[in-house]
Amino acid sequence: MSMAVKCVELCKTYRQGDAEIKALDHLSLEIENGGFVCLSSPSGGGKTTLLNTIGGLDKPDSGEVWIAGKRIDQSSKSELAELRLRQIGFVFQAYNLIPVLSAQENVEFVMQLQGVGDAERGEKSQEVLKEVGLVGLENRRPAEMSGGQQQRVAVARAVVSRPALVLADEPTANLDSKAADSLMDLFTELNERHGTTFIIATHDQRVMAHVPRLVKMLDGRIVDDIQQQAN
Amino acid sequence: MVFSNVLLVFMMSLQFGMYGLMIENSLKALTGHMQVQAHNYVDEQKMRQVVPNIVPLADTLREELGSKQVAARARAFVLASSDDRSYGIAVLGVEPGFEPEVSNIPGLVAKGRFLAADNGAEIVIGAVLARNLKVEIGDELTLLGSGLDGSFAAAIVTVVGIFDSGIAELDRSIAEIPLQHFQDTFFMDGAGHEIVVNAADINSAPALEAQVEVLLPDNEGLVVRDWNRLQPGLKQAIQADMSSSFFMYTVLVVLVAFSVLNTQLMSVLERTREFGIVMSLGMKPGRLGRLVLLETCLMGLLGAFLGAALGALLTAWFSTKGLIFPGMEELAQQFNLPPRMFPKITWLSLLAGPLVVLTFSLVAALYPAARMHWLQPVAAMRSAG
Ligand SMILES: Nc1ncnc2c1ncn2[C@@H]1O[C@H](COP(=O)(O)OP(=O)(O)OP(=O)(O)O)[C@@H](O)[C@H]1O
Ligand SMILES: [Mg+2]
Repeated sequence: MSMAVKCVELCKTYRQGDAEIKALDHLSLEIENGGFVCLSSPSGGGKTTLLNTIGGLDKPDSGEVWIAGKRIDQSSKSELAELRLRQIGFVFQAYNLIPVLSAQENVEFVMQLQGVGDAERGEKSQEVLKEVGLVGLENRRPAEMSGGQQQRVAVARAVVSRPALVLADEPTANLDSKAADSLMDLFTELNERHGTTFIIATHDQRVMAHVPRLVKMLDGRIVDDIQQQAN
Repeated sequence: MVFSNVLLVFMMSLQFGMYGLMIENSLKALTGHMQVQAHNYVDEQKMRQVVPNIVPLADTLREELGSKQVAARARAFVLASSDDRSYGIAVLGVEPGFEPEVSNIPGLVAKGRFLAADNGAEIVIGAVLARNLKVEIGDELTLLGSGLDGSFAAAIVTVVGIFDSGIAELDRSIAEIPLQHFQDTFFMDGAGHEIVVNAADINSAPALEAQVEVLLPDNEGLVVRDWNRLQPGLKQAIQADMSSSFFMYTVLVVLVAFSVLNTQLMSVLERTREFGIVMSLGMKPGRLGRLVLLETCLMGLLGAFLGAALGALLTAWFSTKGLIFPGMEELAQQFNLPPRMFPKITWLSLLAGPLVVLTFSLVAALYPAARMHWLQPVAAMRSAG
């Protein structure tokens, strides 16, 4: 069976003055299509670095990254951009919304790049904003929203064009437990209905309890890989 | 950028206006746009290098060209004496009826009147000369010189007018008498030395020159000289001035170009985080680079267009109102300029500045656009936004 994501012996070292920080240390990982995986580690364990590497935003020093059967760690920037545009949805730890655009425009931006027509864009963005519970806030700019609201816009933007793979970095960090639960319900639903593969980096115990597979990291290495019973 | 374009357009227009005025003013006094002369007159200025039958030839030119701005002259160096003193001057024989059409000296007569009779024993002299000779209107002057044939020539003339051109050189050493009287006095036998021909304006002078050329009789060694040949110092002065201001414009343009580059770079650097975001969402670097380039092009075009338009407006306004320009006294004196300047819009002054600035700003845009290609999304997003 073809893997949604396959990482082979990934290494990434940051130099901070004299000290070398191994953000990824010979890390190998396979996630099948339709997988729902949670990455957890203490802060600085390398979760963000791993997600960025999988999404082609960052190049590993060595090792291989395969997405949907295609090796991407040597691809050009244009090819990577195309890959992200068509197949990957990102939820960033720092939201990374475009400050000059409203919530709805932020959500529609990716579809605009994809060349989706006006009417379809409006419809889809309305729908997904409803799913994340942001009805009535469509015209707010990021600066006019709370952290949790911005986070949900970021989630809406990541899932709106139904990518095959969603990479979410701390998607529930700023949400209360009710909002976090409904977000996880949304992810689960997308996972079950569309077979979307999810990789979620989190500290959040509730999220970890929620997922079928939990990968624990420490200092750039995988220290535990647990298959859990869904609850 | 708009502002500097306005400045460029305005200053260049002002300068061209000034040159135009300099030329017109110094030519208006005596030189004119062109003169018909004996072919070697311009080099030697000898009495015997004449235009024969000058009055009929001037009449022919007037008729053929359909223009009144044609006037015949003769010129001699004489000793002018009053009761008290004597000075060496150039005396011009002019056609009283036509001289006002080609020269502003008749209009500058401040006391008395200009020459009236074709053959009167009258003279009009400059204000400084009048002071030097201590003569007034109605006083008599004795002119002593040599005639065309080398014989002794003398005349007694009455001062009827004193002109004040403001050009010291002219006011000190020029006098005018009727051409016919000149010819009688100096035994010219119908000849003269120059026929001044003026065009409607200086730009149409070359065309007119060609026309005049054709009308000249063959075999008499006559030529047409344009103002540049007649008064070479003028063009040199303008060229010297132009090259110094060219330097100034270059400095200005370079300054503008750097400020454009700086603005452009700032506006791109400022948005590094946004660029990182849109790239992480899947916008290709090439597309982003083109957007940045397009943005600069539009800004540059807008700046150039607005600058040229506003500059033209400003210039147009001042070209009707005139502009008082301090620090120009020296030039103004030398070339008999009025203290008020009228800038002149030409295509060159209108477009040169903005176009150069536009080119620079487009070149300046290449770097920020190229920068998109080596921007790292992760690093870009990390930068404070
Ligand atoms: N650009 C960078 N320069 C230097 N060091 C970096 C850089 N990015 C990450 N690191 C280091 O790499 C290690 C892994 O960082 P990473 O952001 O992947 O951890 P994380 O698991 O996402 O942490 P958190 O839970 O706090 O988000 C950390 O020690 C971090 O300090
Ligand atoms: Mg992180």
